[in-house]
Amino acid sequence: MTAVFEGGFAEPVFGAQSAFRLLMDAMANPGRVVDLGAGVRGPAPLDNAAATVLAALADYDTPVWFEDEAAGDAAAWLGFHTGATRVFDPSACVFAVLSAGSNVQGWAVLPTGTSSYPDRSATLILPVGGFEGGMALALHGPGIESEVVLAPVGLPAGFFAAMDANRAAFPLGFDLLLVCGGHLAALPRTTRIAEV
Amino acid sequence: MTTLPEYNFAYLDEQTKRMIRRAILKAIAIPGYQVPFAAREMPMPYGWGTGGVQVTASILGPDDVLKVIDQGADDTTNAVSIRAFFAKVARVATTTKTTEATIIQTRHRIPETPLSGGQIIVYQVPIPEPLRFLEPRETETRVMHGLEEYGIVQVKLYEDIARHGHIATTYAYPVKVEGRYVMDPSPIPKFDNPKMHRSPALQLFGAGREKRIYALPPFTDVVSLDFEDHPFTVQRFSARCALCDAANVYLDEVVTDDRGGRMFVCSDTDHCETRRAEGHRGAGLPQLGQDALEAAE
Amino acid sequence: MYVAVKGGEAAITNAHRLMADRRRGDRDVPALTVEQIIGQLSLSVDRVMAEGSLYDPGLAAMAVRQARGDLIEAIFLLRAYRTTLPRFGNALPLDTAAMRIERRVSATYKDIPGGQLLGPTFDYTHRLIDPAMASDEPVAEPERRPDAADEACPRVSDILDGEGLIEPDMPDDAEPADLTREATSYPVGRDLRLQALARGDEGFLLALGYSTQRGYGRTHPFVGEIRIGMVDVEVEVPELGFAIRIGEVRVTECQMVSQFKGGAGVPPRFTRGYGLVFGQSERKAMAVSLVDRALRADEFDEQRTAPAQDEEFVLEHCDNVQATGFVEHLKLPHYVDFQAELDLLRTLRREAAEGRAFNEAAE
Repeated sequence: MTAVFEGGFAEPVFGAQSAFRLLMDAMANPGRVVDLGAGVRGPAPLDNAAATVLAALADYDTPVWFEDEAAGDAAAWLGFHTGATRVFDPSACVFAVLSAGSNVQGWAVLPTGTSSYPDRSATLILPVGGFEGGMALALHGPGIESEVVLAPVGLPAGFFAAMDANRAAFPLGFDLLLVCGGHLAALPRTTRIAEV
Repeated sequence: MTTLPEYNFAYLDEQTKRMIRRAILKAIAIPGYQVPFAAREMPMPYGWGTGGVQVTASILGPDDVLKVIDQGADDTTNAVSIRAFFAKVARVATTTKTTEATIIQTRHRIPETPLSGGQIIVYQVPIPEPLRFLEPRETETRVMHGLEEYGIVQVKLYEDIARHGHIATTYAYPVKVEGRYVMDPSPIPKFDNPKMHRSPALQLFGAGREKRIYALPPFTDVVSLDFEDHPFTVQRFSARCALCDAANVYLDEVVTDDRGGRMFVCSDTDHCETRRAEGHRGAGLPQLGQDALEAAE
Repeated sequence: MYVAVKGGEAAITNAHRLMADRRRGDRDVPALTVEQIIGQLSLSVDRVMAEGSLYDPGLAAMAVRQARGDLIEAIFLLRAYRTTLPRFGNALPLDTAAMRIERRVSATYKDIPGGQLLGPTFDYTHRLIDPAMASDEPVAEPERRPDAADEACPRVSDILDGEGLIEPDMPDDAEPADLTREATSYPVGRDLRLQALARGDEGFLLALGYSTQRGYGRTHPFVGEIRIGMVDVEVEVPELGFAIRIGEVRVTECQMVSQFKGGAGVPPRFTRGYGLVFGQSERKAMAVSLVDRALRADEFDEQRTAPAQDEEFVLEHCDNVQATGFVEHLKLPHYVDFQAELDLLRTLRREAAEGRAFNEAAE
């Protein structure tokens, strides 16, 4: 069980800061792939990038939902390193750690904010098999000068419909982080996604 | 009695930084929308940049290069004070050169030199709510933003035209972001509004006393409100900078004597110094010529 | 000769040196000590702790000295210090029924179990400046009464509650809100209101309380009880399974008995206003209790017509650190925006003059 106690930031203050800057860069420039490195490691099903994001941003004010029910080790790791609690009700989470091949229908209950407070919405973390070689997506919107093309491998069935519906609900919506190993790309709710 | 503490890097504790960082990410995802955050008391007074300082403190890293300006100048007292604060609590490198900065914290101006991708500009905001002086209640303005009901702003602008023949707002001129949220750009003169539109830089806004953070990702559409028959216009200065001869920049009016003598100089001191270093010279003082100006330098 | 203004940094450094000199004053006069301030200006220290939202008489006294007696400046110093402190947990709610009472009075009854105890109050002094204040005349030691720890001092509000005459005090296990950790969104609960009022500016709340007595949201108040004294601070320790006392604080508690109200199926009863403040801060606790009751208008189907009943107005403006920051920020350079206003004003005046010239030429 030592895996629970290991793998956090070697240097918490500067590690969290540099991870956050990369994440902010990704969110401000949707589709840009950033490398969060291998500094933070957590038990499965957490990719390094997912573990890094949670280590940097989660705490006792941010309930976390795991789509994978057998995420006990990851939840223990999370609790130890950040103080964040695991919730089993997805409608109550701030961060949602999705499974590869996620059940997209289940995303419908994740928090998307309210008319007066669209910020009270979840951030989703979705593992993919890579950022090149999959279905090519043309991305447009704030943060993108003209167009960015991203081709993530292994997107779940129903992905486009769910992202379309999310975009249409603006300003309400969730914000999505794609992770693979230590790499991450962000799709905030403002990004328009089309198949190339 | 407790001994006084050693301060964490950039003053804020990690829990506060996390809270602000989460707010910044949501702000970037919802351009122009004011994200509430639990602002902390800072060692400088509310109204003197605590929001900008909290945003900067939450993003700042040891490798950043920080520029702080107020009214466009690096040497105004509050800019000096804030820069000294960060030098003390973060030991971060500081600069007066816009082109060398990775983070620029600003009050009331956007630098004349266009910003580039990778730069972050942090605006100090006193009143984040563009509707505040038309509707003092937060409970009401939240609903208006939620329902995209911005009639009262259009009415105010229309009434200005009816009364004065012009829209009477000259700074903190409201803008519409990505066709959705009406946003207060902070009290920059409307002259600077066009610089916000599709800037390659990331623009973050911090209001400490009012406890709001908002953001504009790079390349975001930012349009100043107007009417078809009264389109948005910026201030025009007929003078050029008396020191560096710059045109089409925002100028400060300097009163030089008690007989109405005045001259105009660049508000952006870095821009002015850079031009002078490149050899540009302005007309100098009204009565004195170039020689007196050069003798003084 | 005009030269681009430099030297902001040097000016600030010199201003700080001058201030340090003025703060110390005449070097032949002995410096103030923290003990003197705690002991002999204790009500200043109490106000700074209350509005600084931090109980530490030594630090508050240092702040008063550093601020040269400007209490809002001292409150600001203490608040900024508070921000840097890590939070370990929460105490149990203070049990003011177990207070070691120094002062306890009630206006609603002539006499009560435990008695009316005047304590160290200005109330019945004649406000004549005492020449003894100019020197150090000896002051007689007080007599101590025997320890009255076993003399019951039930709360007056509990006496009324026992007869069902006042709205009951409803215990609530919900986690109280904390405006220092969460962004506020209106409307707020009574817990957050009381927190804001406890930290709020005494002068502002005094004026608002006063206004309710003059018809701006009248609540027919009577002081049910004011009690001042030391209360234990206890913290539950999970590893031990029980609470331990970690210290004590002096607080002032005011229970205001206000206008009776009834409702559907509920017979009329007196209603409550409540104030709890660090230190011996009676004026403040009374003002808080008046404003608390006024802000509870919705609970009693009262129309909100007066400033003291306007929740957003009261809570957004009662924090004097925020207020002074924003009012005083007007001193900062604003010449860029002023230039923009000058530009527009000159344009409008020019157009008006041209318009007049045109009209005159047309005549």
